[in-house]
Amino acid sequence: MEEESKTPLADQLEEGSWPSFVTEIKKRAEVNPAAKDLLGQLELSYEEKRAHWKHGGIVGVKGYGGGVIGRYSDSPEKFPNVAEFHTFRVNQPSGWFYTTEKLRALCDVWEKHGSGLTNMHGATGDAILLGTQTAKIQECFNDLSEAGFDLGGSGSDLRTPSCCVGPARCDQACIDTLDICYDLTMTYQSELHRPQWPYKFKIKVAGCGNDCVAAVARSDMAIIGTWRGPLQINQAAVKGYLDDGFDVMGKVVNVCPTKALSLKDGALLLDEDDCKRCMHCINKMPKALRPGTEKGATIMIGGKAPIVRGAYLAWVIVPFMKLEPPYEELKELLGKIWEWWDENGKSRERIGELIDRMGMSKFLRVVGLEPSPQMVFQPRSNPYYFWQPDEVK
Amino acid sequence: MAEVRTDFGPPNYKEMMPPVLLENYGKWLYHENPRAGVLKHVSETGAVVWTVRIGSPRLLAIDTIREFCDIADRYCGGHLRFTSRHNVEFMLTDASKVQPLIDELKAKGWPVGGTGRAISNIVHTQGWLHCHTAAIDASGVVKAVMDELYDDFEKMRFPAHVRISLACCLNMCGAVHCSDIAILGVHRKPPMVDNEYLANMCEIPLAVASCPTGAIKATTVDGKKSVVVNDEKCMYCGNCFTMCPSMPLADAEGSGVAILVGGKLSNRISTPMFSKVVVPFLPNEPPRWPQTVEAVKKILYTYVEDARKYERLGDWAARIGWERFFEKTGLPFTGHLIDDYRFAYTTWRTSTQFKF
Repeated sequence: MEEESKTPLADQLEEGSWPSFVTEIKKRAEVNPAAKDLLGQLELSYEEKRAHWKHGGIVGVKGYGGGVIGRYSDSPEKFPNVAEFHTFRVNQPSGWFYTTEKLRALCDVWEKHGSGLTNMHGATGDAILLGTQTAKIQECFNDLSEAGFDLGGSGSDLRTPSCCVGPARCDQACIDTLDICYDLTMTYQSELHRPQWPYKFKIKVAGCGNDCVAAVARSDMAIIGTWRGPLQINQAAVKGYLDDGFDVMGKVVNVCPTKALSLKDGALLLDEDDCKRCMHCINKMPKALRPGTEKGATIMIGGKAPIVRGAYLAWVIVPFMKLEPPYEELKELLGKIWEWWDENGKSRERIGELIDRMGMSKFLRVVGLEPSPQMVFQPRSNPYYFWQPDEVK
Repeated sequence: MAEVRTDFGPPNYKEMMPPVLLENYGKWLYHENPRAGVLKHVSETGAVVWTVRIGSPRLLAIDTIREFCDIADRYCGGHLRFTSRHNVEFMLTDASKVQPLIDELKAKGWPVGGTGRAISNIVHTQGWLHCHTAAIDASGVVKAVMDELYDDFEKMRFPAHVRISLACCLNMCGAVHCSDIAILGVHRKPPMVDNEYLANMCEIPLAVASCPTGAIKATTVDGKKSVVVNDEKCMYCGNCFTMCPSMPLADAEGSGVAILVGGKLSNRISTPMFSKVVVPFLPNEPPRWPQTVEAVKKILYTYVEDARKYERLGDWAARIGWERFFEKTGLPFTGHLIDDYRFAYTTWRTSTQFKF
């Protein structure tokens, strides 16, 4: 007789067409007792409708203040193999590219020292290794280091920067997202590995306004590629689209949010002054339309999820910045922002919340940015504003 | 003992990338999306790279990653990449190998799709599998929803991109506040204060200061220092629990699912937007969350049937009016959906222009 399943609820999540995470856990449960207990504890959560993990504890490796997050079961008597089930955050390569050799090396380390379960990848960008014990942490890190993998951020530090696929495989990238991400990551290793700020600080780099890495919502500093001047139009390619029966009027001209495009005698014309660089026409007709030639980035600040003073989308603070290695202007700005935040931020206050509390005009003054109309949807309606003593004689 | 090496950083992306991408770095001319899950990028050098994208459950055993590596070794010269939405991408230069690769991936059970106007993978958090603050499970809910939307991962038939995401509590480590459809774990009961151990576990001033509504005060219970929560002021955000382990909020009946819709990140046509709460609460129903799945499908397919081309869900709702959104989706409008936190008045209507 077949043995009755000990996880009948979790088993139901192996049904259906979408790849099942339960199947993934079971692959490891056959050989790894922690993975087996993880599944058992998940079943208990499904029975009782609540999580069975304790509040995290502090664990770490030599020389680092973050990167490993403590995780303990609240039912160690039932599930002794997940009594300790700590997480490693491993800094991903820019653009999440891997050689199979490198990825296999990561798997080998994790087979030796952990549950063999991963998240590829976490919300911030790291490769997440789920589940090891306190006693194994240092050795695991040593082997990761040997394999060429360093830790990502956690706690009140710079979180692991991430970026879109950028110029590696995208015709729309206006900046070298991968290099900017890698350069910032390497420049700020200490900020990444040693929590020392009021709270976390995330950086994401997107190659264009399509923002495939969600920079505007998910990063304290969003670096989003853009251009100045007219977009590039290849009229021969426009003709190609028309000849192929592509509905240029219906799918592009009429959908343009500022009606900046028109079609005349088979040519696509742009009223440059009306273009807001929304990317729709470029997305629809990539063979014919490309971003303009003067490329750079819009720098935005303060994006974050609601906890605790409400959700913020990042705000424009530099409408256009040229970004060439070694990115000195950007780094100088980051330095000033961190200094002001570090001095004025309360515990667990993100930079966006601090700017909201202290005022955008104060922030701009302190970090030395020139106000410009690109920074606001509209000027203020409220007439209560501050004057500096040197402005009023 | 040897000195521990620190601060050496991640592998250099240039060493991770397929040679064709390195050779054509920054030289890409255009791309096509001939079918769901397949991208064709063409370089000014004439080089072409094909990308085949599959969905993954995000939680991957090393056995599966090694299986991906085997496939990448045989088809892609030993390179692969992951996307920001937990998809896996196999890149190859030989067009004749694209279909055999798709066939092999499909035969192994991996869905090929998730590009353009197909549904993409659901970005999500840890849930009950690996987090202490979770109000709902993550992977289980995602699996249940994606099983129902599977066909639309493999087809591109939506009016515009649809991005679904899930965060298992209000900390939102998977920031879902700008998603077309966001599934969010919420609590409805104030923290359960453990007076016995609180003073040992927590810094009381930090717990008091953590509350955004000033609902927490220091107190003494049976001679032990502790805190007291003014239940009327508590909005169940869980910030206190993050600071103080003796104030858990999760509860089998109190915690559950909220659904927010109409957010977006891209600047395409309209500007980035926040998602709006349209379902204040659905109960936790493990292991397959039928009411949540049903609500997501109802919202999604009402939008798909009714929206104009290139309208994101939020654009559509704004055009028809949110009053019509509730009518068309059949979702009940309740007092919970009228904001009463910071910025609330920016959402209250100040015009006589609306629909009956």
